[in-house]
Amino acid sequence: MAEVTGTTWTVYDANTLTQAEIYGEVLCDLGKANPKIVGLSADMAKSTKISKFGDKFPDRFFNVGIAEQNMFGISAGLAKAGLLPFVSTMAAFTTMRSAEQVRTDICYQNLDVKIIATHSGTSFGAAGTTHHCTEDLAITRSFANMTVIAPADGIETANAVKACVNYPGPVYIRIGRGFEPPYYEKEDYGFEIGKAVTINEGTDITLICCGITVLQAAEAAKTLKEDDGLSVRVLNMHTIKPIDEEAILKAVKETRRIITFEDHNIHGGLGSAVADVIAASGKGCAFEKVGIPDCYCVVGYPEDLYSHYGLDSNGIIAKVRQLMGKDFEEDENWEDEV
Amino acid sequence: MPLTDAELKELNEKAWQIRRDIIDTTVWAGGAHIGGAMSMVEILTLLYFKYLKVDPKRPDWEDRDRVVLSKGHGGVGYAPVLANKGYFDKEELKEFNHFMSPFGMHLDSCKVKGVDVSTGSLGHGLSIAVGLALGARMQNKSWWTYCIMGDGECNEGTIWEAAMSASHFKLNNLTGIVDRNKLMIDGRTEQVMNLEPFADKWKAFGWIVKEVDGHSFAELTEAIDYSHSEKSGPVLIIAHTVKGKGVDFMENEVKWHYGSIDSTLAERAHKSVDTMYGK
Repeated sequence: MAEVTGTTWTVYDANTLTQAEIYGEVLCDLGKANPKIVGLSADMAKSTKISKFGDKFPDRFFNVGIAEQNMFGISAGLAKAGLLPFVSTMAAFTTMRSAEQVRTDICYQNLDVKIIATHSGTSFGAAGTTHHCTEDLAITRSFANMTVIAPADGIETANAVKACVNYPGPVYIRIGRGFEPPYYEKEDYGFEIGKAVTINEGTDITLICCGITVLQAAEAAKTLKEDDGLSVRVLNMHTIKPIDEEAILKAVKETRRIITFEDHNIHGGLGSAVADVIAASGKGCAFEKVGIPDCYCVVGYPEDLYSHYGLDSNGIIAKVRQLMGKDFEEDENWEDEV
Repeated sequence: MPLTDAELKELNEKAWQIRRDIIDTTVWAGGAHIGGAMSMVEILTLLYFKYLKVDPKRPDWEDRDRVVLSKGHGGVGYAPVLANKGYFDKEELKEFNHFMSPFGMHLDSCKVKGVDVSTGSLGHGLSIAVGLALGARMQNKSWWTYCIMGDGECNEGTIWEAAMSASHFKLNNLTGIVDRNKLMIDGRTEQVMNLEPFADKWKAFGWIVKEVDGHSFAELTEAIDYSHSEKSGPVLIIAHTVKGKGVDFMENEVKWHYGSIDSTLAERAHKSVDTMYGK
């Protein structure tokens, strides 16, 4: 395994380590500094890389076997006992199988339980629908007290995991399965929970992204600049809840066109969260949501799936060109509007 | 240590008062899970007035013993116990179930002093209790965790996930108590979904099991003392009880899982409870 540089994460690590591996290493660092941190997994210690923490702190790690609901209940008890649980299994088993424990045992009591869920979206592509999770953002967004984060890559995962330690209440961080290419080269770009990061300035259109689509949108923006002369704003909306309303409304005002991209069902996730803000503002703009179009995802390797559902840079470019070609004017003729 | 006569007399006085308070609270609430509240009166009375290291003036005292009422619908039985213990004024129970009241049918730990864990969805409590017990052990704390379950609740698969983990982690600072009143909403437990051989199931999951008369302070005391002394792992007490205990027209009646009573029925219920205690 690649040598890691300790508490600071660089593109070197992100190129050689998965999001989950970086999470495991970061948790070890955090565990050294904070004796209250405990780890839990449900026969997913190796897959989620929380095993790194378990290997280092065997007395502070519990593998409960294949019993996710019990794991989340136990984590609630540990938090009630004054500890700081980090809990990891796949996103599907976190937010669907254990939805009620996460909601009732953890969120209802506003407990400091930090959930890092792997294999989110369609990142476990070939495994099929049982192991996909294109519903987790919708589910966790609807749990009061919950903070919901979808990091762009391994570097941002490191930032999110570090930030959640001192962020009050339950936090849900969804990461992928493995070898998603990194966007960030280093950590010090100003990550703050609840604050979008503008990764490309632009005035013609805004692409609001989270997770794997951040890198793809950044690449798309470059091509659209070079080939189409378009000025494309790209926002990394890593925090889905609480969402950065200011950044969204600024985009509405300044670019008049917004498309959201997410590895999630188009209902209930990032796109819906952004739409809520736009609708409530009373200000209109051209708007589209791109994600998994309310279906169970086909089987395939993730990169093929992202391409299939228009979440890779080619798909993003095509969608931008489509929306830019549509009419959107500040006139009274509704017939020709987007 | 067996109970002294004085202790037994005091516990009976408390249980009598609590049963009367449950009847009153049911009237104020406009309806409540009174049957299962009455069946666990001795269990809660004994814990709160003999065993628990708690301080009503410091409900968040970190070294207090913990109680998880996994059968969370027993809230109407639990709140009067907490009131009698001094966590809040009994008058506050008049607001039970009312608009904006801190007291709903299933008690909220963020709103009701003395409640360690919010419960209500069945099958959740034992997992949380396992977490509490693990947390105590990890931090070298001597406080004890008690988890009170309903028997019908043991249909839930998560009870058995939690049971498996409690014995796997050899939790010898956790006492499980099942209020085995043998009734659930839709009928007798054995008719709706057979639990027997119930004790054998817990034993097979690695627990040490004691079966007692759940209305006998003496037998419950012996079992709880035993659970404290057993070092090999968790102890489960199957407390055989009568649903609706103390109210003659409710005892063993399925329909009194949840019900409303008016002042006439409340008077009958009070009289029945008074008779039970020779008052």
